[in-house]
Amino acid sequence: MLRYLKIYAILMRNSLIREMSFKANFLLWTLVEVLWFSGQVLFVEVLFAHIDKLGDWTKWEVVALLGTHQVVAQLFQAFFYVNLTQIPELVRTGKLDVFLTLPLDSQFAVSSKQFGLDNFVNTVLGLAITGYALSKLGITPGAPHLLLYCCCVLLGVAVHYSVMCSLSTFCFWIIRAQGLVYGYFNLFNIGRYPESVYRGAFKFIFTWVLPVILVANVPVRILVEFAATPWAAVGQLVLTSLLVLGFTRWFWLRGLGRYASASS
Amino acid sequence: MITLYQKVFGIGLQDTFVYRWNFVLRSLFSIIPLIATVFIWRAVCEQGPGLSEYNFSSMVFYFIGVLMVDNLASPTEDEWRIASEIREGQISSLLTKPLNHLAYRLSLFGAYRCLYTLVTLPVMGAVVWGLSRHIQLPQQLSTWPLFFLAVAGSALIQFFIAYSLAMLAFWIMEVSTLIFILYSFEYFLSGHVFPLDLLPASVRSALEWTPFPYELFFPVQILLERLDAASLQKGFVMQFLWVCVTGASARLLWNIGVRRYQASGG
Repeated sequence: MLRYLKIYAILMRNSLIREMSFKANFLLWTLVEVLWFSGQVLFVEVLFAHIDKLGDWTKWEVVALLGTHQVVAQLFQAFFYVNLTQIPELVRTGKLDVFLTLPLDSQFAVSSKQFGLDNFVNTVLGLAITGYALSKLGITPGAPHLLLYCCCVLLGVAVHYSVMCSLSTFCFWIIRAQGLVYGYFNLFNIGRYPESVYRGAFKFIFTWVLPVILVANVPVRILVEFAATPWAAVGQLVLTSLLVLGFTRWFWLRGLGRYASASS
Repeated sequence: MITLYQKVFGIGLQDTFVYRWNFVLRSLFSIIPLIATVFIWRAVCEQGPGLSEYNFSSMVFYFIGVLMVDNLASPTEDEWRIASEIREGQISSLLTKPLNHLAYRLSLFGAYRCLYTLVTLPVMGAVVWGLSRHIQLPQQLSTWPLFFLAVAGSALIQFFIAYSLAMLAFWIMEVSTLIFILYSFEYFLSGHVFPLDLLPASVRSALEWTPFPYELFFPVQILLERLDAASLQKGFVMQFLWVCVTGASARLLWNIGVRRYQASGG
C-alpha cells in the first residue's frame, strides 16, 4: 500500500512538472471548464425565472447540487479521466504491453498515469459555488455533516471512475470503443438535476444499477437536509458504489484475459 | 469539376462507414440526456403555466427537433481531423492535387453527415415512436422545404466555423482548447439546453446578431411553425449573411495559413 502511495506521489510530481511547462494550455483548459459551468448556472437561472421549484428543490438547492456535481466530476477528471480515455487506444495499438510488464497492478498502472491540474482549479470553483448557495440558504453545516459530505463525494468519484473504466474496458471486445467514451458525458450530465424529477425505470436504472444520479444528490442532501440526515440515501450510495467498483474490477480482469496485444 | 467532388463524397462515405458502430453507440447514448431532458421539463411544466409559450408536449417536440438538426448539421470530428492533418503535415499530399481544400472538406463533411443520419435512423425512429404523442407534425406542407433549407444553412455555418477554427492549427500547435471554448458558446447559445425564447427579450435580440441561433434554434422554430412570415424572412436573411461571413473567413484563413505552412513532420 505504502509503495503504491509513493509511486502515486512521483507520478503526480511528474504531471505537475509537465503541466507547468504548458502554462497557456493550463489556463485555457481552466477557462473551458469555467465556461461550461457558467452555462449550467445560466440554465438554472433561466429555469428559475419561470418556476419556483424543480421537483421539490428550490433554486439555491439546485445551485448547490450543480456545484457539488462539479466537485465530483472535476475530482474524477483530475485524477482519472485522461488515463481512462486512453485505454482503447492502448489496447488497439498494443501499447498496453508496457503497462502489463510493470511490477504494479495493471488497473492501477493504466488509471494513474497523469493528472489534470486545471480540474483542481475547477474543483475549488465548484466548492465555492456550493458554499455560496449554502449561505444563500442560510445553512452553516457542522463538522460531522461536512465529513459525511466529503466521504460521499469520494464515493461519487468512485462511481464516476467505475462507469468510465467499465466503458473503456469494453475496448477489449470492440476495438473501436471511442464512441463509448462520449457516453461518459451523456451519462453523468443527468446527475446534475434533483433525483425527484426522475421516475420509473429510468430512475431505477440510474440510481441502483448505474448510480450516476446519486453522486451529487446524496452529498447535497446531507447538507441541505441537515436536520435529519438522509441515512437511507447514504446507505444506497455506499452499497451501489461498492457494487459498481467491484464489478469494474471483475470486468477489467475479464477484459484483460482477452487481450492479445497487437501484431508488431 | 462537380464529378471530382462527387468522387470525394463517395470516398467520404466509404471512409466513415468503418465508424458505423461508433455512430450507433453515440446516438444510443444521446438518448439518455434526451430522456433526462423530458423528465426535467415535465417537472418544470407541472409547476404551472410558468413558461411563456411552451407546454410539455411542445417542449418535448422542441428537443426532438434539436436532436434531428444536430444529427443532420453538426460537425462531429471534422475540425479535429483537419487540424491534425495540418499539425502532422498530412495536407502536403493534398496540396499537390488539383483540389480546392475547402470544397474537398465540405464534400467529406456532407458524406459524414449523410451516413451518420442514415446509420442512426433506427435510433431516431425509436425516439420519435416513443415520444410520438408529443409530436405535432407541421400543418403546412411548405414548412418542410423551409426547414431543410434552414438546416442546410445551419450545416454550412457550423462547418465553416469548425473549418476556420481548424485553420488556426497553421499558427498554434494545440487548437483543442479553442474548439472547446467555441463549443461551449454554441451549446448554450444555439438553443441546445433550453429554447432561446425563454431568455429575457433584450438578451434574445442581442443574440439574434450572433451566428448561434441560426445553427439550431432557427431551424427548430421553423419545424415547430412558431415563426410568422416577417421573422422567417429576417431569419433567412441573417442566416444567409452568416453563411457568407463564416464562409469568407474559412477561405481567407486557409489562404493566409497555407502560405505559412512548413510541412513539419510530413
